[in-house]
Amino acid sequence: MIKIDGLTKKYNALTAVDRLDLSIADGEIFALLGPNGAGKTTTIRMLTTLASITGGRAIINGLDVEKTPIAVKKIIGLAPQGLNLEIELTAEENLEFHGRLHGMPARERRARIDELLDFAGIAEKRNELVSKLSGGMKRRLLIARAIMHRPKVLFLDEPTVGLDPQIRRKMWEMVLELKREGITVFLTTHYIEEADFLCDRVGIMNRGRLAALDSPAALKEKTGRYAVLCRQFEGCKPAFFASREEAVRFASGMEEDVTIRHTTLEDVFIHLTGEAFE
Amino acid sequence: MTAPGFYVIFWREMLAIRKKFWKFLSGSLVMPVLYLVTFGWGVGGNMRVGGGTYLEFVLPGIIALSAMNNSFNGVATTLNISKLYYKTIEEILVSPVSPWDIALGRVLAGCVRGMFSALLLIALGSILHVGIRFDLMFMAVLFLTTFAFGSLGVLAAMITKSHEDMANFSNVVILPMAFLSGTFFSPTHLPEPFASIIMAYPLTHASLSLRAIAAGADAPVASLAALVFYAALFFVLGGLTVKRLEI
Repeated sequence: MIKIDGLTKKYNALTAVDRLDLSIADGEIFALLGPNGAGKTTTIRMLTTLASITGGRAIINGLDVEKTPIAVKKIIGLAPQGLNLEIELTAEENLEFHGRLHGMPARERRARIDELLDFAGIAEKRNELVSKLSGGMKRRLLIARAIMHRPKVLFLDEPTVGLDPQIRRKMWEMVLELKREGITVFLTTHYIEEADFLCDRVGIMNRGRLAALDSPAALKEKTGRYAVLCRQFEGCKPAFFASREEAVRFASGMEEDVTIRHTTLEDVFIHLTGEAFE
Repeated sequence: MTAPGFYVIFWREMLAIRKKFWKFLSGSLVMPVLYLVTFGWGVGGNMRVGGGTYLEFVLPGIIALSAMNNSFNGVATTLNISKLYYKTIEEILVSPVSPWDIALGRVLAGCVRGMFSALLLIALGSILHVGIRFDLMFMAVLFLTTFAFGSLGVLAAMITKSHEDMANFSNVVILPMAFLSGTFFSPTHLPEPFASIIMAYPLTHASLSLRAIAAGADAPVASLAALVFYAALFFVLGGLTVKRLEI
């Protein structure tokens, strides 16, 4: 569904995205993880035609993003990081405007609006001004709006940033429901458990490049399924082992208190991008 | 059948205006009334210009000025906020509507804002029995004027990088034009180089045309040509900047 070859974005001397290669299958949920400034949002902006491409190319559903932007825009949806809803319009009018922008006929618009207000759980708020909706409702409306025109690919840039854990889980259910409908989802997130829970594959991005790319389980497997962590010392790095026996052997040789547990995606993330913070 | 892209953009602007109509109405009224009171009665209460009252002279100029202000600000401010603050422009940029449709829809909404304020002044003028003539040609010149300044609004919103930039643009470009373009006086009396500078301003040609029509004469062909030129130039530049916009 998405094929990226050597995708590069430069702002003068700064290379925000550096020769990114990526291939995402039809119906996959894919997440880009990475520290701030890793190039996640810039990648999404290039794929959604909002930023120009400095080098390489991106193909979505067989269409070249740079050469046929209008055709690409018809089959993609974007829920950006900032809540860019029309706050002076109602929830329903936001969807209505989006439907019109995509040239949907009136009858189809009406049916789809009813369906999506239900899907987002804000049917009773349809005539409320967006400025009066809660943060969680706005986020859900943002996703509903992005899929109003039935895109094949949905881009979600930090879809759950700043939400309560309960509401975050509801958002995850929404995304999984979209997968069941066959939509390919490309998301970026800061929340590692979000990527772990939702995604078929995860790309860990650091300084504009992909540091790792695989399923969450495979990434943990590669790093070592067991982590040994010491708590007393600052700067004490966790050690990873493929088997519990190795981990126990290592731990018993240590003087200080240590913890042995399963490796999490967060461990993998810090293991791969840690230097960026030092 | 689905509506063309520019109409969708225009529709959204009209929806926003309808929702805050009273705010819009009062906002459109304040400046023209202030100008009318200050310059029409206050400054020129007993003056006579070219055989008529000063009010008859100044009203077409104030109509042109008000049309400019409301079309320019109506487009530039809303578009600038949409670009810098609410980021709602992204929603439009990721839709299949072309940059030219985006520009045209916004400009036409600016025309509505500008012409609405002009019509309020025309109504006010007729209540006050100011003897000037309005006809189809008058409306056509108004449309052209608002189209040119609405397009300039698109251009300004796209090239400015902050709200401060926008205020600067208004102060450097719009404000001198408002005072110097023959709104309040006849530009033919000025010494060089001011006379030439003033003749380069699009608003001067709007004032000259409207004043000629209001007095019962034909609009000067050169002024009409100048207005068409500026409308086309600003629209093309505005459309190109939307096309090149990267956020």
